[in-house]
Amino acid sequence: MDLYEHQGKELLRSFGLKTLDGMVATTPAEAKEAAQNIGGTVAVKAQVLVGGRGKAGGIKVVDSPEEAEKAAEQILGMDIKGHTVNKVLVEGGADIESEMYLSIMVDRSEKKPLILFSTEGGVEIEEVADRNPEAIVRQHVDPLVGLVPYEQREVVFSSGLSGDTAKGVSKVISDLYRAFQESDASLVEINPLVTTKSGEMLTLDSKVTIDNSSLFRHQDLVSEEDTRSADPGEQRAQEVGLQYVKLEGDVGILGNGAGLVMSTLDVVAQAGGEPANFCDVGGGADAEKISEALDIVTSNTAVKSVLFNIFGGITRGDEVARGLLTALERSNLDLPIVVRLDGTNAKEGRDILAENTPQNVYTETTMLDAARRAVELAHG
Amino acid sequence: MPILVDENTRLVVQGITGREGAFHTGRMVEGGTQVVAGVTPGKGGQESQGVPIFNTVSEAARETGANASVIFVPPAFSGDAIFEALDAGIQTVCCITEGVPVQDMLRVSGYIASKDATLIGPNCPGVISPEQSNVSIMPQDIFKQGNVGVVSRSGTLTYQVVNELTQRDIGQSTAVGIGGDPIIGTNFVEILEKFEADPQTECVVMIGEIGGNAEQLAAEYIQSEMKTPVVAYIAGFTAPEGKTMGHAGAIVSGGDSTAEAKSEALRRSGIQAAENPSEVAELVADALGVSSAT
Repeated sequence: MDLYEHQGKELLRSFGLKTLDGMVATTPAEAKEAAQNIGGTVAVKAQVLVGGRGKAGGIKVVDSPEEAEKAAEQILGMDIKGHTVNKVLVEGGADIESEMYLSIMVDRSEKKPLILFSTEGGVEIEEVADRNPEAIVRQHVDPLVGLVPYEQREVVFSSGLSGDTAKGVSKVISDLYRAFQESDASLVEINPLVTTKSGEMLTLDSKVTIDNSSLFRHQDLVSEEDTRSADPGEQRAQEVGLQYVKLEGDVGILGNGAGLVMSTLDVVAQAGGEPANFCDVGGGADAEKISEALDIVTSNTAVKSVLFNIFGGITRGDEVARGLLTALERSNLDLPIVVRLDGTNAKEGRDILAENTPQNVYTETTMLDAARRAVELAHG
Repeated sequence: MPILVDENTRLVVQGITGREGAFHTGRMVEGGTQVVAGVTPGKGGQESQGVPIFNTVSEAARETGANASVIFVPPAFSGDAIFEALDAGIQTVCCITEGVPVQDMLRVSGYIASKDATLIGPNCPGVISPEQSNVSIMPQDIFKQGNVGVVSRSGTLTYQVVNELTQRDIGQSTAVGIGGDPIIGTNFVEILEKFEADPQTECVVMIGEIGGNAEQLAAEYIQSEMKTPVVAYIAGFTAPEGKTMGHAGAIVSGGDSTAEAKSEALRRSGIQAAENPSEVAELVADALGVSSAT
């Protein structure tokens, strides 16, 4: 789960990191008041979970409360890459002396936290990596031992820092590591981390991603607004614990297991079709879940046919068949549905379907044939 | 001789009294696996599916000589369950549970380095050596004993490919679902090493997906170290960038983690990369020199 900028900064502050004074506003009047309280030049920043806000006009730097009000009026309600702006962060300005980059992430192949630091901040780290890979210092941390002070010194001294800046960055690394670990983050990034002319060290912008699997330990971070998806289908799937993703085509896909579903999307594309969406019912889905999933997939009006691809392991074929029939009874769905059922209790499932098959349900025995049939029916 | 689990595997089921634990214990027992113990704290002395239950893994291991474990406990307690199995001296630990926090897995991974043990998973379907031992949630009746090793990040895709192999009368030595999470106990390379050293395995199928760079690392290993032919398949060609595709680890987050980039890296290393699961079976048949007619 990605945190909004203001949420991420609040979290980092609670671990001792410094940020600019800022206030969240949901109306232009609130933005004006915030600018008044902060005083001087302020930045009005759209709070959306997507990059490229600045380019889209979602960040405005203004000199008075009245201008802040006007800027908020323009930014609130804006659409940035499909995300509607519901709140802005009004933040004071800073006299920036230098910009640095610092992040901690999970390195999948080493199975360790990885600290990345660069004295070239303010731009995308990938750019720095392309242009001057030596400008990035990398330091792995042993997850059993935790961050050891000498590792902080390795980072700062090998990037050529000295004096107060070296000391300051070293402390920021240690605070950020605690934030990373204690909030179960998969990424914490400060870009830029700035030093000001008056010698302060500030987190000017940050990105924090919390590991979804750990959210049961961080209920405080999960506010209703933050997890709501833009798409109603995705929202509903989230509520009932299903994985659903909306795509652009006309074949609805329902399957079990991430790998099989991804493969099904690919095979549909190879058969000349285009997936409209997919719903992964996961492991051990019962009839109720299957029926819910079918409702979600077909609630997208672009769907012209549905491909049902189930290979049961922990999921049982008879449950799947019953779920399908229940859903069809309940909804009077007349879209063509192609079913391919294999694996645990598949025979029982196929028997259930054979006894009661409604006219719009077609069964196929292989994944390839099922994909071809579903594409044909969508176009037919 | 298969890898990881065989006829000498003595299995303890952690979380044996839960819904999934009980159901799959029943199936593993039915399939002839020596399930010697179950563990559910507080239910020691009882039985489930004819298997004695213990309060702790160390007690179960001491009393029954268990040398492998399969974990069906909820995500919040899975890290703990893995530590418990490792400290009880269990050699092969298989964690089926999905949704184990990444930070827990970081600690487990750091710890396991000091142990002579293998962790498969989490978020995996388990390991099966057909007709020898089934430590998994996989549908065992689609398997057939033979000489093809299968290693996969996905459970259901493993079934799909194994089914196509078996329908062509091509059997398997061992099938390992390594799991779909960002941090897993055992990666492709470690399983490929075991298959390379296994005289029974004459061809290996590797099933990958989008996200991370495990397939590229495997490609390097295969090219430089392996004599056994490998057929690969990567899922997720149509996956949009930035969307998690079901598995926590399956997300296109950069150029290298796409299915195209991975298939391309494999082909550059001289490895056959199939476009879909049926083609996998054809390529394996070719590699083994068996007739591809069914």
